[in-house]
Amino acid sequence: MRYYKLILYLIFFSFVFLLGIPHLYGDATIRAFDTPNDDGSSITVKWNYTGTGDTFELFRKTVSDTNWQKLKTLPLSKHSYVDDNTVRGVQYQYGIRIKTDTILSEMVISKPVSAKAQFFDTGKTLILVLILGYFAILIYFIGAAKKGKSLFIRKIAGLDALDEAVGRATEMGKPILFIPGISSMSDIATIAAVNILGPVAKKVAEYGTDLLVPNKDPIVASVTQEVVKESYLEAGRPDLFNPNKIWFVTDSQFAYAAAVQGIMVRERPATILLLGYFYAESLLLAETGNSTGAIQIAGTDAVDQLPFFITSCDYTIMGEELYAAGAYLSKEPTLLSSIKAQDYGKIAIFATLLLGLILGLLKSNWLINILTVR
Amino acid sequence: MSTNIWIWIAALLTLAIYSFLYKDNIVYKIAEYLLVGVSIGYSIAITWYNVVIAKMVVPIRDQHNFLIIIPILIGMFMFARFSKKHGWLSKIPISFVIGWGAGVAIPLQFETSIVEHVKNTIAIPWFGGNILLLVNAIIIFIGVIATLIYFYFSTPHKGVIGKVANLGIWYIMIAFGASFGYTVMARISLFIDRAQFLLHDWLGLIH
Repeated sequence: MRYYKLILYLIFFSFVFLLGIPHLYGDATIRAFDTPNDDGSSITVKWNYTGTGDTFELFRKTVSDTNWQKLKTLPLSKHSYVDDNTVRGVQYQYGIRIKTDTILSEMVISKPVSAKAQFFDTGKTLILVLILGYFAILIYFIGAAKKGKSLFIRKIAGLDALDEAVGRATEMGKPILFIPGISSMSDIATIAAVNILGPVAKKVAEYGTDLLVPNKDPIVASVTQEVVKESYLEAGRPDLFNPNKIWFVTDSQFAYAAAVQGIMVRERPATILLLGYFYAESLLLAETGNSTGAIQIAGTDAVDQLPFFITSCDYTIMGEELYAAGAYLSKEPTLLSSIKAQDYGKIAIFATLLLGLILGLLKSNWLINILTVR
Repeated sequence: MSTNIWIWIAALLTLAIYSFLYKDNIVYKIAEYLLVGVSIGYSIAITWYNVVIAKMVVPIRDQHNFLIIIPILIGMFMFARFSKKHGWLSKIPISFVIGWGAGVAIPLQFETSIVEHVKNTIAIPWFGGNILLLVNAIIIFIGVIATLIYFYFSTPHKGVIGKVANLGIWYIMIAFGASFGYTVMARISLFIDRAQFLLHDWLGLIH
């Protein structure tokens, strides 16, 4: 009798267990593939599962391995995972199991896959088209400028004041302090600052004024040194060039700020030019410069720092004015054509905004979808 | 009052830096030179381990990646600056850095500063049934157009263009005002942190 009951219990629980399994094993499929448009550092795993359970357990192994490594426990709502801890070229297999409190399903395994780097990120095709379009306009204007077409550029007050600022330093017999921001050469604001340094240094060389350029980045220091040297050569005064006056201070933000503040109060420059990218040290520098009575011209595209420059400097060059500055100061037609090309870019932006407005009123997302860079 | 020597050093250096608010003085100079010296020493140590060892020695010694010798050699040309005769060699790595910098920055700027901004301007919910959202959308749209016109350099700021550019300046100044207030708040919280260090950690006056 006792055995009879035991057999009945066994049959009952086996039945319950078997009822559960079809749900857990539900139709699970898994697919692993090289993540598109990346540098070959990740594999994307996607899976489908229609049954019940609590969590997914994701496993990984290389093809040559026999042991599976648990990667992650994921909620049942998740259906994909990007494994960014892969070695390029190594073949991996992924497996997934569905887990409840008591049951762990059998593993569903993907086909072997390896991560590969893509030469071209197709998600950024729009950016490529825009850049090519911009360069086409630029080349057109360079050609027009070479043929002698005059290119009108409106006055930019902060840049016109640069002449006055250099002249003032010459009259007072005091140096000019040029601070090229605290960012690296990969920052457009730094490149723009270096572009301004060229014509400024040329004028400084013509007037025979002293120019001090303390740098926070060693590469920027080398670049500024080269630019100043070239400008002194162009001005026909290479004898006045002193490489010790364009130097690397330190790459620590506030140590640099402390050192430059010290230079401001000890050297008492007549003119301070703060051009480039700035962070929290902007107000420290601009306020100290202001307290020394120097004429200050600041220029940056750091939106958070511009208010500080506006309040504590005599002239402020804002955002794109800084990008245009190098061309504006040099007055070279070929460089001015870059400003023209930028303006045509702005006309294209107006047109896109108006088209977006019209399509928005028509409840169409067509343009938004085109502008979505993946 | 703290008995920890390091807290004393940190507190005295904090006061030395703050003494600049009165005027430039010998105490500030000592703190300034110390800060610059320590920061350079620290960055040399960081560069040694994170660049020389991790990116030069390890790839060659452990991974036998000999291709890396080419960029290392190009980088080494930077030291040619110390020679008058071979100084021109340093222009090669500088050209690489500037070219690389512009190449990385330009597409990024196109994406983040142009495409994303244009998309977000036209993706505003124009007629979602909420009148405030509509007002918001109109303010943003006019603001974008007016600010763009301010940065349009091919036409003098006269007539209609001048008026719209003037409106753009108003938008810019309002944005700067908001940003100014926000940043000042952040700076005050930094000062509070320093004051707390001096009064609590060092002097023990507040608990």
